[in-house]
Amino acid sequence: MMTDLAYTIKDFKSENEVRWCPGCGDYAIMNAVQKTMADMNVPHEKFAVISGIGCSSRFPYYMSTFGFHSIHGRATAIASGVKSANPDLNVWVITGDGDSMAIGGNHFIHLVRRNIDLNVILFNNKIYGLTKGQYSPTTDRGFVTKTSPFGTIEDSFIPGQLVLGSGGTFFARAVDSNVKHNQQVFAEAARHKGTSMVEVLQNCVIFNDGIHEQIADPKHRAERQLFLEHGQPMIFGQENEKGLVLENGRLKVVTIGENGVTEADILVHDATETDLSIHMQLIRMTLPDFPIAMGVIRSVEAPVYDQELKKQIETVSANRKVNNMDELLRSGNTWEVNEPNSSEPVPFFQKKCPIVKV
Amino acid sequence: MKDTKVIELEEVTIRFSGDSGDGMQLTGTLFSDATALFGNDISTFPDYPSEIRAPQGTVGGVSGFQVQFGHKEINTPGDDAHVLIAMNPAAVKANARFIRPGGTIIYDVDSFNQKNLDKAKFTTNDPFGELKLEDFTKIPVPITSLTRECLKDFGMDNKSVLRSKNMFALGLICWMFDRPMDYIENFITTKFAKKPVVVESNLKVLHSGYNYGMNMQHMTPRYLVDAAAIEKGTYRNINGNQATAWGFLAAAEKAGLNLFLGSYPITPATDVLTTLAARRDLGVKTFQAEDEIAGICTALGAAFAGDLAVTSTSGPGLALKSEAIGLAVMAELPLVVVNVQRGGPSTGLPTKTEQSDLLQALYGRNGESPVVVLAASTPSDCFYYAYLSCKIALERMVPVILLTDGFLGNGSEPWRIPSMAELPAITPRIAKDSSKFKAYKRDEDILARDWAFPGMDGFQHRIGGLEKNEEGTVNHDPENHQRNCEIREAKVQKVVDMLPELEVFGDEDGGDVLVVSWGGTYGHTVSAVREMRKDGKNVSLAHFNFIKPLPANTREVFSKFKTIVVCELNLGQFAAYLRDQVPGFEYRQVNKLKGLPFTVTELKENVEKLLEE
Repeated sequence: MMTDLAYTIKDFKSENEVRWCPGCGDYAIMNAVQKTMADMNVPHEKFAVISGIGCSSRFPYYMSTFGFHSIHGRATAIASGVKSANPDLNVWVITGDGDSMAIGGNHFIHLVRRNIDLNVILFNNKIYGLTKGQYSPTTDRGFVTKTSPFGTIEDSFIPGQLVLGSGGTFFARAVDSNVKHNQQVFAEAARHKGTSMVEVLQNCVIFNDGIHEQIADPKHRAERQLFLEHGQPMIFGQENEKGLVLENGRLKVVTIGENGVTEADILVHDATETDLSIHMQLIRMTLPDFPIAMGVIRSVEAPVYDQELKKQIETVSANRKVNNMDELLRSGNTWEVNEPNSSEPVPFFQKKCPIVKV
Repeated sequence: MKDTKVIELEEVTIRFSGDSGDGMQLTGTLFSDATALFGNDISTFPDYPSEIRAPQGTVGGVSGFQVQFGHKEINTPGDDAHVLIAMNPAAVKANARFIRPGGTIIYDVDSFNQKNLDKAKFTTNDPFGELKLEDFTKIPVPITSLTRECLKDFGMDNKSVLRSKNMFALGLICWMFDRPMDYIENFITTKFAKKPVVVESNLKVLHSGYNYGMNMQHMTPRYLVDAAAIEKGTYRNINGNQATAWGFLAAAEKAGLNLFLGSYPITPATDVLTTLAARRDLGVKTFQAEDEIAGICTALGAAFAGDLAVTSTSGPGLALKSEAIGLAVMAELPLVVVNVQRGGPSTGLPTKTEQSDLLQALYGRNGESPVVVLAASTPSDCFYYAYLSCKIALERMVPVILLTDGFLGNGSEPWRIPSMAELPAITPRIAKDSSKFKAYKRDEDILARDWAFPGMDGFQHRIGGLEKNEEGTVNHDPENHQRNCEIREAKVQKVVDMLPELEVFGDEDGGDVLVVSWGGTYGHTVSAVREMRKDGKNVSLAHFNFIKPLPANTREVFSKFKTIVVCELNLGQFAAYLRDQVPGFEYRQVNKLKGLPFTVTELKENVEKLLEE
């Protein structure tokens, strides 16, 4: 960057009163987003925040950037239009598990497939909060909610798996309360060219309080979360004594120093690996046998839709045969009418819409 | 009013053409006979090569058969063909001069190989370009390979297989022109009674051709042709979908904006998408979305980002777009939705025309959700109504629904090409002063807000589907909501000051009968009214292109006539709307729901019946 814009977090807060419930995980996520934007050194007017419907989707109102609070499930589609129309913008999508996995599922997978350069933050609290506590597509099987009083009889989506299945180029995971880590992950998402999908395990204090507690509890963080970093060994545990190895193509937890395992045996994380298998296994790791994978799990390069669109227009226009509408209208088969009895042409809008001034 | 003559479907000229060994004479004869039995008047014209044994594949060896058919008395086999069926390149070459400008060429794409191009003495790989047939509708059909595939289990030799190709073409044409095939089936069964394999194979190929037409949803080409003489100028043929697409392009150029089309393929609107997809050279961004909803949502995103945003669809797609149109109403963004209407409800009659989405366009959304509704009346004026839709959307910050239909979309007519200088200026309401900008601050007169988009420093603001106050802050105040609902409606009604008054074709000072029509039926209603007037009947026409808002003088015009007859291709939607919006008149109705345009004859009969009462 030529100049340092030196924004602070305050530059991204709007004057609107934030109305999430006290203790809601959304506050922390918003702070992390605002801090990330402030540090990006991108002119403020280039940011656009697009959301769908749900608690998290109120987000744009609390930002001082351009914002569009749209309709349920469609934020990904609307943002696709915003970014395709103007690839110079820095576009963020705020969505939830109901918004993007249920009603907006189709747009979600197609956004990922196209690899449009959007930064998507998926607030996953495994519940419908705004409508007061119905199960969502990420709710675990058997879970009791207001609309599943006897427990759900459905399996849930694992968002990362859906992203990878759709050809996703970037997937990361974070916990709402870990603001520092969120910022790191958001910054990497913003740097990635293509659709960056960040799943944030978010706590709904009212309707699903503690749903991520087993994972998120800072007391057990070291044991239960594996913070992935590209190029670093996959080590976790209070004393950094545990790690992952690959055995017969499957991930396995080992303890360094036991059974002859040394740090050198631990698998090194490669976020840029195009092969899906290890990334998929990382995404699918669950307690208690495994820690939960956090951070950037996948970040690979692939053609970016909005850039390809721009390039195609440049390439095609460089060799164009028609340069403007007048030429286009007169291209192809045309003929002249100039008979003795033919009249002088009268423009349509003088005949049909005389009030419209030419 | 424009003097348009409708050449209806029942006067169509088809020319079958192929190698003398391709069986074109038999194909043409069977089609003509089936058509005659169907109750059409026909006239045919076989065109054999002088040398029966001219070399295969050469221009000299081409054999043709032309048939014109119609409900009216047909005295000639038609001058030039509307549709040419060409089995090889030589057939195209031999018949190029017999095809009507803008006509349709259905050809066996399998036969367009280097060998056949050479035999027909083409010098390039672009036979259509060489013959200057660029603007003709070309339908490539793999007739040879599909026939072969169809007969693969019959154990026939190659020659016999190829001899059945004509049946494929015949089946396809029967689909396109809605001919029953029982006569042809009987003919084949009787003629080859002693050769069951021949009967079976021919019938199979015939049906495959018919089903192919159905699967590809190949539509019947329809034509509207201007009566003689006309204004000086440069002309071209154009169909309604192309005209619509070009109208959007022209508006974007005039407004100085990029054009963005979010769309999902749907019959019969797809050609708007394909026409614009071909225009990357002029910077058009077409986004083929995953569904109808994403089609409009990407467009709405582009409108938020400062593009001229458009989405194209047909009836079922408009239903899916309803919620997003509501968002456009609430967000007050410029957006044009073109609905190329087809037969409904549900999937209905995808390849047939109808006007039954009027009430959907006007009311098919949750909440008080007013939009501007326009309707084009001929294939070529789709250009101007598409242009005007964009002008209204951009200058009044309002979504506009443009209604065309399958008849206009696929129909073509000669069109005097306008120059861009003839078109009125378009001035988008782009915000200028950031110190005074508020998201929903309005012009006091026209009630439109200003448009500011990401990238414009100092104009940062939030919009969305929730009710807002002037600053753009979410607001649940009861008074504010009532006021805004009224403002959004009034803003649409204020568009009337951009629109011309309703014209009367006939007796401007009033008379006995006023035929009222709207949208794509214009060619037929004006022809019917003209003919009735020639017969001395006191009948006039008022044709509507502006549905919401209605022209300011609508009531005044209606009050000058004793009887008002609303003619439309639905069960009375415009009549119902008029009863609500312009009460105090008795609206008689002529309605048709057959997936077909009106015919001039039936319009005359219906109106004359009313006159006799």
